[in-house]
Amino acid sequence: MVHLSQLPDHLRDALVNQELPDYESTPWVAAKPLAESRIAIISTAGLHRREDSPFVAGAGDYRVIPDDADMDALMMSHVSTNFDRTGFFQDVNTSFPIDRLHELVEDGFIGSAAARHYSFMGATPPAVMEPVARDLAGLLKQDHVDAVLLVPV
Amino acid sequence: MGGLAHIIESEGIPTTQISLIRTHTEKMRPPRALAVPFELGRPLGAPNEPAFQRRVLEEVLKLLERPAGPVLEDFADAPPVADVEADAEGWACPVNFAAPMVDISDADLVYQSLLQEVNLLRPWYEEAVRTFNRSAFGISGKTPEEIARVIADVLIDPAGTAPPIDGETIGTGFKRMADDLRYFYTEAAIAKPDQRSTDLEVANWLWGETTLGKVLAAIRDASMESEEPSLKRLAPTAMVPTHQRHRTRHG
Repeated sequence: MVHLSQLPDHLRDALVNQELPDYESTPWVAAKPLAESRIAIISTAGLHRREDSPFVAGAGDYRVIPDDADMDALMMSHVSTNFDRTGFFQDVNTSFPIDRLHELVEDGFIGSAAARHYSFMGATPPAVMEPVARDLAGLLKQDHVDAVLLVPV
Repeated sequence: MGGLAHIIESEGIPTTQISLIRTHTEKMRPPRALAVPFELGRPLGAPNEPAFQRRVLEEVLKLLERPAGPVLEDFADAPPVADVEADAEGWACPVNFAAPMVDISDADLVYQSLLQEVNLLRPWYEEAVRTFNRSAFGISGKTPEEIARVIADVLIDPAGTAPPIDGETIGTGFKRMADDLRYFYTEAAIAKPDQRSTDLEVANWLWGETTLGKVLAAIRDASMESEEPSLKRLAPTAMVPTHQRHRTRHG
């Protein structure tokens, strides 16, 4: 895969001109200072533990990635063939910056890492993902998560 | 990605995000986003560049401390370029393969050819597992040999092959196996130390110079015309990367 700007026009247009939902306004919740914040990562790279079932095309569900999981055993079963995986093959942090997040906790840049992180498979229609994501927000609150870092792929 | 930000923030939890496609983020206006100039698949920029990854992470998290939004910032720096010798000619597969099979009409011969490739690549795959301390192979739960057999069978008789993974359609089972074997080949291909590869170079090799690539392209062609819905549904976009579709009949 090459950077978007180097793609042939028709491929770039197909990617960029996807149908996107319209939002009339942007919600805004004031965040706590970073040094006091508990942070969860939500990836859309189709990541999961080896023992979990792979993603299926069109699925709006997610997989749980416990903070103490063996991150080098994470799998990627995203259905798309159109993004680089060689970076992920060499270093999980290329797409899921879990070791960097833990370092920021050690250095006091953030308060703590959530007990659980999550991965969806992107390219799922928002209408399919929405009820699941609203339910997930409840789980994040139970885990006392103060802010969420969203990472695409 | 922007949709998730809207949903979670509206439930009362602040969000910040990395954006790989800036135009999407401009349209969707999530609360906080850092647009990065990296290729798709590498939201933190580059593998094994912890200092650089950390800068990206700090920048995207710092957006949480802004007093008002929406915020869309740019991360201007390109990922570090590896120190490659000036005379290096870029990536080359560590294994010299024979040319891909010409006649791929016999399932048993295709299977044998795939096995040969797997056997040649296996030491490099093992090297990759040692070097990277990880492997993404294993989505299907099958061995490379089992996968080679199924791929050869699907090639010759797509609709007549029994679903290769219990409880899943032919399409889903085939997809998991094909992705798995491509991961095996790709990890082997990038295992050689001191070589920086790009996804495109490795894909040009896999799809252009191996029997696996030739067979997977042929299966995609057949699936486009297949009566088997689970194969037909995956064929247009989920079997061959866009940059390799010129090798297929349907493009």
